Parts: sequence; structure tokens; C-alpha cells
Amino acid sequence: MDSIPRIPLGEWTDNFITYLQINFGSGTQAFSDGLESLIKGLQGFLISLPPELVIIVVAILAWWLAGKKIALFTVLGLFFIYNLGLWSVTMETIAMVISAVLFCMIIGVPLGILGAKNNTAHRIIMPILDFMQTLPAFVYLLPAIPFFGLGVVPGVITTIIFAMPPVIRLTDLGLKQVPEELIELGKSFGSTFFQMLLKIELPLARSTILAGINQCIMLSLSMVVIASMIGAKGLGGVVWRAIQTLKMGMGFEAGVAIVIIAIILDRITQNLGKSK
Amino acid sequence: MIEVKNLIKVYGSNTDKVLELIEKGMSNEEIKNKTKHVVGVRDVSFTVEKGESFVIMGLSGSGKSTLLRCINRLIKASSGEILIDGQNIITMSGKDLEEIRQHRMAMVFQRFALLPHRTILDNVGYGLEIQGVDKRKRLDKVLEVIEMVGLKGWENSYPENLSGGMQQRVGIARALATDPDILLMDEPFSALDPLIRQDMQDELLDIQNKLQKTIIFITHDLDEALKVGDRIALMKDGCIVQMGQPEDILLSPATEYVARFVENVNRSLALTASSVMVRPRYVVHPKDGPRTALNFMEKHGLSTLFVLDRLGKLKGYIKAEDASDIASQGIKDLGGIIQTDMPTAGPDSPLAGLLEVMAYTKVPIAVVDENNKLQGALVRGSVIAGLAGGRGEMNNG
Repeated sequence: MDSIPRIPLGEWTDNFITYLQINFGSGTQAFSDGLESLIKGLQGFLISLPPELVIIVVAILAWWLAGKKIALFTVLGLFFIYNLGLWSVTMETIAMVISAVLFCMIIGVPLGILGAKNNTAHRIIMPILDFMQTLPAFVYLLPAIPFFGLGVVPGVITTIIFAMPPVIRLTDLGLKQVPEELIELGKSFGSTFFQMLLKIELPLARSTILAGINQCIMLSLSMVVIASMIGAKGLGGVVWRAIQTLKMGMGFEAGVAIVIIAIILDRITQNLGKSK
Repeated sequence: MIEVKNLIKVYGSNTDKVLELIEKGMSNEEIKNKTKHVVGVRDVSFTVEKGESFVIMGLSGSGKSTLLRCINRLIKASSGEILIDGQNIITMSGKDLEEIRQHRMAMVFQRFALLPHRTILDNVGYGLEIQGVDKRKRLDKVLEVIEMVGLKGWENSYPENLSGGMQQRVGIARALATDPDILLMDEPFSALDPLIRQDMQDELLDIQNKLQKTIIFITHDLDEALKVGDRIALMKDGCIVQMGQPEDILLSPATEYVARFVENVNRSLALTASSVMVRPRYVVHPKDGPRTALNFMEKHGLSTLFVLDRLGKLKGYIKAEDASDIASQGIKDLGGIIQTDMPTAGPDSPLAGLLEVMAYTKVPIAVVDENNKLQGALVRGSVIAGLAGGRGEMNNG
């Protein structure tokens, strides 16, 4: 075994990233700027809204989709976060989650459709997803820095990578679960590819796809917290600062705020698929 | 008109090789063992005329569903031709195929295939929606077919709120909404309870009477095939083993297999009066006189006799006791004792409807043609023989 020289996987990776940086650096910079203005804009917008308004709107949404109890929890939970003085960092986190989930959907749903429709694509996409999900997040948190610098952009991009797999997987699964007879129905009436997709397949896969989006949201939330290590700020930033300065109370407060947000997001989006 | 010529469907990757083996006459079983390829449909040819109901019958695995799906190319045939008014379905472009599927043919499915997220209205309107007909224009047509299948008032319900029979009515309405000439029905009533199934068959026949569609109907139920089909093709192992009118299949099964298949069928549905009637050997004319009539009856043990005029038209019947009455009174003419209130049937009347009549009458049922000429008589013996599977040729009268 020892006669085989060590395989320099690490060096190769370094070389590859340097190569990408040199050749595609300017492209990623432009993309990075665009993404940054989007996220910053959303953050600024959410922070500028009066907290009372946000609480009321979210509570109504919760009532409508998840019922009275969750609505009550939403009001109390968000008020508690406001009371702790964590409101604006929470809005920062929410803005990052929204941006990441948006991108996950825009990229993930079409990839899921591609995977469901095309066997070759399916065989290529699935191992990549396994890789994305199992590779420790820290390992690709670092390479994001040379491309996108420190801050929210690499944070959101790593979040997208981390949180997108369930959207792709469950879109793929949802489409494959459409009963064969309904596919035959669509074809036998002469539906085109897009008519099949929009009128039969996506509506029937809806609840499965929304389950994927729910998972995506939860994964995004956990990842934007970790991404604070590369300067993504938000609630995770508070936790990170607390760790570095050993302020346990501050860390716990931010941690509780994250849990509250997680519960609200989960309960609301979990019920999206069930309502008609 | 649909013409299917030498259609073959082989499942698997190397169809050319299997086609060669079929050419050489190798059996499906041998092909499967040798090449792992399954032959779904094997050299099938038939023609369905416009307005005809053509039933393809067979057990599961006989290839009947595959054959149906080849016709609208849900399954692409391996070889052969399927011509719809001369256009070959197998080779046409995707665009032309979409066009034909949208306008010329519609399918009805075994498990209904309703879209659960759409109301009945929108399910029925699906085909028109695909054609690009706008919502307001399709509404009239959709409401019309919904009423035709008896679902008025359910327009805004969802499929889950409907019973199986009602769901299939939606399936039929959806197929009729686009005004196709061809209906492809894949065991449409197999998933329904027996009583509901019969109602649906009756209604399909009603609709067919009104609309005269070309129907290809798949079933594994011979009773259903006999009731619905103008012609029946019986399939086994991908081949058509016999094709013909319901009576042909019943009365002259081509193979042992068909014979076994028809053994337990309710024959009264397929048999018509003409197939079980006997020739009326003993008839009298009004001028014959009571003595002659009585002679006949005595000799052959009959209690009644049909009376015909000179042209062979049925005038009625006479009873033995009436004949002996007038004979003793010295009347020579039978005219006064002819009874005219008697059951009659046309040669094509289904036997099913006549059985009840037979149960309540002592007179044989006269089978007459459209000119009221006597063709034959239904007597109990011959009918029972016909139902039991014999040829219904007993000498009686």
C-alpha cells in the first residue's frame, strides 16, 4: 500500500481554485456585486418596516396557514425577539434565508424537473447532490472567500449549495410519483410538454415540492447561522461574537431567537402543501 | 376508419432481432427465453369502420391494452401500420400526432384518470383547454356533455367527492367534450360494481346511438363484450385468435381457447331470435279448414298453429279447442277463430328481452321479418338448447 505515492488531492483542489479565480474572478465579482445589492436591499427593506407591522403580517399568515396556536406563538415569539433587542439582526437573517431559498427554488425546481424527465441528467445530478449534502459545510465555506470575499454573499452562496438538494430531490420525486394513468391522460389528449408540466405534473407534485422547500428553508436557516463565520452577520453573527468573547448569555439569547424563527418558518411552510 | 396492419410490439432494446424471430415463427415463450424480450402484440390486423363499436377482449397479459395504446401511440409499435383515414400514426411527426390526439381521438381510462386538483367542470374541459379554446367558449360545450352523462349540478365538485360510477361519467364526458370521432376505451367499467357497470354499459349504448362514434373498447368480460360490441376480437398471447360478430364468437368458436372462454357466458345477451328459432313446419292457411288443422295438431301433439296468408304473412294463430268447436258446427273457414294477440319478435331481437315473454305465454313466439313474413318460431326447447350452448336446431313447430 505504501508503495503508491500520496495522491495530492489537496494540491489539485488548490490549483483548481486558483485557476478558477484567475479565469473567472471578474465574472464572479460582478455576480457577487449583484447578489450583494439584492440581499442588502432586502435586509434594508425588512429593517425599515415597523416591527409591529411585520409581527401582524406574519401572525395573519400563520393564522391562515397553520392555525390559531401558531399565530399566537408567532406574536409572542417575535415580540420576545424585539424585546431582546435582536430585531434588526433577525431581519438580516430572514433576508438571507429568503434570498437563499429564492435561488434554491429558481435553480432547484428546474433541475428537479430535468432529473425527473431525463435519466442521464438524473444519474449525473443525484451523486452531486449526495456530495453537496455530505461534504462538511466548513470545507466549502472557505473556498467561497477567494471568490466572493467576506460578508453576506459567500454566506448566502454556501447556504444555497447546502440547502438546494432537497428542492431538487423532492421535485424529482414528486414528478415521478404522478400516476402513470394521469400522464397517459395528458398525452392522449395531445398535451404539449409544457402543458403536461403546468397542468398535470407540477400541480400533482405540488405538496411534495413544497415539502422540499420547507426542508430547504430549515437548512438555509441553519446554514446562514454557520455562515456568520465568514462574515454573514445576522443572528449567527451574534452567536459567533458571543463564542469569541465567551459571553454565554448573549449567545443563548441569539440561540433562542433562532429557534423561535425556525419554529415559525417551519410551521407556516409545512402547511403550504396541505391547503388547497 | 381505423386500419391496423400487421402490428407488432416488442418490449426491449433489440427489437429488430426479435422481429426476425417472429418472422421465422418462433413462439413468444421461446423468444422470451432466448432474448429476454417480451412480445406484447404479435402480427395483429383489423379494420374498424366509422361508427362501429369494436371490442378487443382478452385476459390480462393478452396484449389488449398494449394494442389500444399503440393506436394513439402512447406506446410506439415496433412494426406494422396504423392508419387513421389513411394517415399512419406510427410514422407521423410529433406535431401531427398532437393534432390528431387533440381533435380526432379521446381515451377513457380504467381508473378514470381524473385530475384531483380540478373541479368536474375543469376536468371535462381539459381537452378543450389543451386545444387552446378559451374559457368562455368551452363552457357551453362542457355543460352540454356534463348534462349528457347525467352529472348536472356536480360541475363545481372535486373528483374525490364522486362515486366510482360518477367519476367514470366524468371520464366519458371529458372524452366527448372535444367531439372526437374515435373513442379509445380501456376497460372503462372494470373498476365499477356489477350493477353500476350494467347501467354504464346501457348508457354508453344510448350515447353511441346518438353520436355514432368509432369505438375501440377493451374488456376482459365477455358479457360486456357481447353487449357493447358490433364486432369482437379475442386476443391471446398478443394475437387475435378470433374476430367476428358476437354470435360468431359464441356459436362457432374458432379454437379450444375461445370455446373455453365462451363456456360460461350469459348467452342470452348475444343470441338473437334468429339464431335459436326453429323452422315453422306446420302452418295452416285460413282456407284450409278446421279438419286439416286438427289433423296436423293431433299428429304432432300441438295445441296451437300459426296461420299464414297466401304470401306467407303471419295472420295469427288458432287453438285446438276452437278448431274442434267450429268443426263440430260445420264451419269451413278458420277466419273466425284466428287469435291475433300473440307475441312476435324480429330476427335480430336479443334473446335476453324475450325470455320473460316466453315465461308468461303458452304460444310459441313468432319470429317475423319487417314485412311480417313468418321466419321461424321460438319454442322453449330450442331456446334452452341455445342458452346451453347447442345450436338451437330442434325440430319442433
